Amino acid sequence: MAICNRMKTAFAAAASFALCGGAHAKEGVGMAEPWQLGFQTAVTPIMEQINSFHTYVTIIITLIALFVLALLIYVMVRYNERANPQPSRATHNTALEIAWTVIPVLILVAIAIPSFRLLFAQYDFPKADLHITATGSQWYWSYEYPDHGITFDSIMVPDADLKEGQPRLLTVDREVVVPVGKNVIVGLKSNDVIHDWAVPAFGVKLDAVPGRLQSTWFRAEREGIYYGQCSELCGRNHAFMPIAVRVVSEQEFNDWLGKTKAASAKDDPRYLAAAKE
Amino acid sequence: MAHPAHAEHVHHDHHPAGIGRWLFSTNHKDIGTMYLVLAMIGGIVGGLLSMGMRAELMEPGMQVFGNPEVFNVFVTAHGLIMVFFMVMPATMGGFGNWMVPLMIGAPDMAFPRLNNISFWLVAAAFCLLVTSLFMPGPPGTNGVGGGWTIYAPLSTKGTPGPAMDFAILALHLAGASSILGAINFITTIFNMRAPGMTLHKMPLFVWSVLVTAFLLLLSLPVLAGAITMLLTDRNFGTAFFDSAHGGDPLLWQHLFWFFGHPEVYILIIPGFGMVSQIVSTFSKKPIFGYLGMAYAMVAIGVIGFVVWAHHMYAAGISVNTQAYFVFATMVIAVPTGVKIFSWIATMWGGSLTFRAPMLWALGFIFLFTIGGVTGVVLSNAGVDRSFHDTYYVVAHFHYVLSLGAVFSLFGAWYYWFPKMYGYMYSEAIAKWHFWLMFIGANLTFFPQHFLGLAGMPRRYADYPDVYAGWNFISSIGSYLSFAGFIAFLFGIFYAFARKQHAAANPWGAGATTLEWTVPSPAPFHTFETLPRIK
Repeated sequence: MAICNRMKTAFAAAASFALCGGAHAKEGVGMAEPWQLGFQTAVTPIMEQINSFHTYVTIIITLIALFVLALLIYVMVRYNERANPQPSRATHNTALEIAWTVIPVLILVAIAIPSFRLLFAQYDFPKADLHITATGSQWYWSYEYPDHGITFDSIMVPDADLKEGQPRLLTVDREVVVPVGKNVIVGLKSNDVIHDWAVPAFGVKLDAVPGRLQSTWFRAEREGIYYGQCSELCGRNHAFMPIAVRVVSEQEFNDWLGKTKAASAKDDPRYLAAAKE
Repeated sequence: MAHPAHAEHVHHDHHPAGIGRWLFSTNHKDIGTMYLVLAMIGGIVGGLLSMGMRAELMEPGMQVFGNPEVFNVFVTAHGLIMVFFMVMPATMGGFGNWMVPLMIGAPDMAFPRLNNISFWLVAAAFCLLVTSLFMPGPPGTNGVGGGWTIYAPLSTKGTPGPAMDFAILALHLAGASSILGAINFITTIFNMRAPGMTLHKMPLFVWSVLVTAFLLLLSLPVLAGAITMLLTDRNFGTAFFDSAHGGDPLLWQHLFWFFGHPEVYILIIPGFGMVSQIVSTFSKKPIFGYLGMAYAMVAIGVIGFVVWAHHMYAAGISVNTQAYFVFATMVIAVPTGVKIFSWIATMWGGSLTFRAPMLWALGFIFLFTIGGVTGVVLSNAGVDRSFHDTYYVVAHFHYVLSLGAVFSLFGAWYYWFPKMYGYMYSEAIAKWHFWLMFIGANLTFFPQHFLGLAGMPRRYADYPDVYAGWNFISSIGSYLSFAGFIAFLFGIFYAFARKQHAAANPWGAGATTLEWTVPSPAPFHTFETLPRIK
């Protein structure tokens, strides 16, 4: 009985999650929840649009799958050997065949229209407030703020060094910091093999391909820390080069810029090399 | 092994015995059997690799593999083996070889010796691929860890050892084998149909093999070219995929997927054919909308060649290119829908019996529908931004392949087993096999949709702890499936030990194709006098 009830609750939760998509993650922490069924909570307008489009398509495909299941169950019950010992010989029904060709076309059109709207919105680059460049290497990300002369590597914190509350495999030693509500253009490069810079809560995912500079963008609307992971197989430690983006207020961002610029100038080997000369 | 009643007949024929019968075989039935055995060995190896992966992923942290690269090697080998050495040998080499000549009333394949070399090439390829597992690959590890897609430059600079070259040569041999096999099937089907069997009277399984053969013939040379470029990039200083010297890693992806997308239809289209035969037989009704069914496969094959870059939405191709591939990919849903609804219409008004092959076919239809509709979701570049390289994709393609292609293969196995080997399988064991796999595979792959939605990337040896729950369920499901697979192997052993002889047509009035007119097991030589089709 107890198991039955628990299953019922789980199903109800599944249904509501599948339909509303979002999960009730801790505010400002952009990562999945245990037993999560839907997308991570959206923090950019693009991810919200992805989320609502996905909900729309999921409702359509669920109805189609249930329709096929219902038909299958009906023929299994109604036309099994006992219920229908004498099979018909019907092999054609032009009206029916036209219907099951045309109706799917109409459904696809209904999916395609919002789909193209979403796709073109993703590539509608706004005027940049901040440029950053992420460079993938085996197996960490390096970030550069070209307008501020900041560069640093962002390396996963090993399990043994994690502090209380830091998620395993997602925490990095130095996070990317960006201001809230600003358009950030991310340039992507790679030093060796193909990597992929992805942050699920932002709806951003783009390969870093050697020899190419590619760009994507996001505008995070809520402060917090948002995690992502490398999403293109890149060798041994593919699972161990996370992405962590901290979204902060404009004031905090400027403080961070000041502090990091000073520190970066000291660490940066290029700066050191130049200073020696 | 032969039925006593036919033993006498068999002795009159040229019937080589001993090792020569198999090594030098030019008989489509023996070659088909060898392909099926190879596919089973491939299935066992590929299945054990996936058990290793699921054991590692059962809990967060590294438990089974000390080195995450070994996990990548397992992922890669699982993919390559299941595609090239399990599904392809089983569908085309195994059932295609066995049944195409029988179904069109031909004495054998058009080029029997070509058939022999096709098999031995794929056997050699399998040995090369298995050898690659034990050769140095990425720094400090044996094997190929670049995924079945072997994207450059991970497969060039990222994998310095010879394991990758072994894998490339394995794919070359397997590709050559498939091209020769495709030529053989096309020639046989166009030229050797029994008098009166027009193309539009051919059983749908033969249609499916014909369409697949064309896909093989047109796509595999592209793979061969691409992996040759990879080989010369690796060993002879060319720079096709090396951006530092004027090449482009994305060229590899375009070439690979120009082959790779037709390849996934190569895996599933013969399954469409098998399911059509089974559904018609166990509904005791002819196929509904035969022409629509045949040309839906042709349409899927043709469109399958112009949708490849939907695998590359995250690679950085331009937005207009993405828009085109969204549109083209969606179109495939239409002929696929025609097939699903035609199968249901075939059963509508029929007189259904639920023997094991029919269970697999029914399972196929529903689960393929699920895999199909999630494919429609993924076709949208906008939402694929979130799904690319996550477990949602893994769930999608396992629904169409592991629960689609593989279900059709098991259905075909039980359907044609009495014809091929002359014994009835045990219905009870076959049903255990079905239910274990049905429950197990759904338990394995359905939760992976949730993992993908929550953002878990694929090809990860370890994952953040939040993904632990569904991964645990998924691993339990995979163990159940494997138990089902053991039931399958036991069922084969049991059927051969029990020796319950099968009638020429064990399925009754619904089985109308020519293979049911010859005795069971099908004698060594069939249709020496051509049947006439009215």
